[in-house]
Amino acid sequence: MVNSKYFLLGLKSLAGGRSPAVALATSFIALGAIFKHSGFNLEQSVASSLFTYALPGQLVMTESYLIGASLINIFISVWLVNFRFYPMTVALMPALQHKNQPRWKYYISCHFLAVSSWLIMKEGYKKIDKRFRLDYWIGIGSGTLTSAVLSTTFGYLISDYLSNDLMIALGIVNPVYFLCMMIGAMTNIKTTVAIVVGGILGPIFYLFTPEWSILISGFIGGSLAFLIKEKK
Amino acid sequence: MSYSIAIIILVTSVATYISRLLGVLTSERLSSKSKVFDWFNYVAYSILAALMVRMIIFPNGALQDAEISSRIIVTIICLSVFILTKKNLVIPTILSFLLLTIFVLGI
Repeated sequence: MVNSKYFLLGLKSLAGGRSPAVALATSFIALGAIFKHSGFNLEQSVASSLFTYALPGQLVMTESYLIGASLINIFISVWLVNFRFYPMTVALMPALQHKNQPRWKYYISCHFLAVSSWLIMKEGYKKIDKRFRLDYWIGIGSGTLTSAVLSTTFGYLISDYLSNDLMIALGIVNPVYFLCMMIGAMTNIKTTVAIVVGGILGPIFYLFTPEWSILISGFIGGSLAFLIKEKK
Repeated sequence: MSYSIAIIILVTSVATYISRLLGVLTSERLSSKSKVFDWFNYVAYSILAALMVRMIIFPNGALQDAEISSRIIVTIICLSVFILTKKNLVIPTILSFLLLTIFVLGI
């Protein structure tokens, strides 16, 4: 089923100086508190983090629920916000393919795809034996998803003790963590161009088209990077 | 569990899983050595960078209540610490929380 050695190796990525646990925990603790204030019960909050596991989409869902948006509207806005998972999955899964791995493992384990697990996997997959990369991925994903669910629960339970000032400070941790990881990933000129151009265009396009800004910026930044000729 | 919230969670989860699943289906016919894989790789990095910088400059939720100058200063300090600590991720993330708390409380 799943190779336990590589599963544990993936799970271990949650420990140590490169751990995403703190960033994941702070953002999902804040989310748990938001759920509580929005009228969700604990089971619903846990179910959302377990089955959706995509913070921006869960925030869109909560806001849509509060303003009484229709189901089709919720579906479209969430789909658009989380569409980034499509290019992210295509940029990862081919590297995890192996003929010995059954197909169903890919269909289930793609649920673990989130910014944190993706960046960890992209950073480390080349060191892992190709036959077991999927098991390593399942280890990372199980760890990050579990952290997210536990933190949502914790945030929900302590929400009455979280002041607005604390909620503000919790909000900065996630983007700072991921920007650090992005800088860490800038090891060649092409990736650097993709990250810098995307980072500059993101907020600029947001002024004109908030819904599409991220996808358009990524398309332009990524395509520019792709077209650059790298000196060997 | 009340009916409407359960349905909303289901719809959100399906809308999210579709993109992940479509990604797996596209990947089945794609080699990790192909040009298309390369292109998706840079687009994905660029999308994430756009999202993260947007979250600092135009945040959703509580972070909106912090001054933009404080958000940018905290981010720059933490990114510098990340580089100075030889890419330790835990120190800058904890520091970002502490620094912004200091800014918000006006200590």
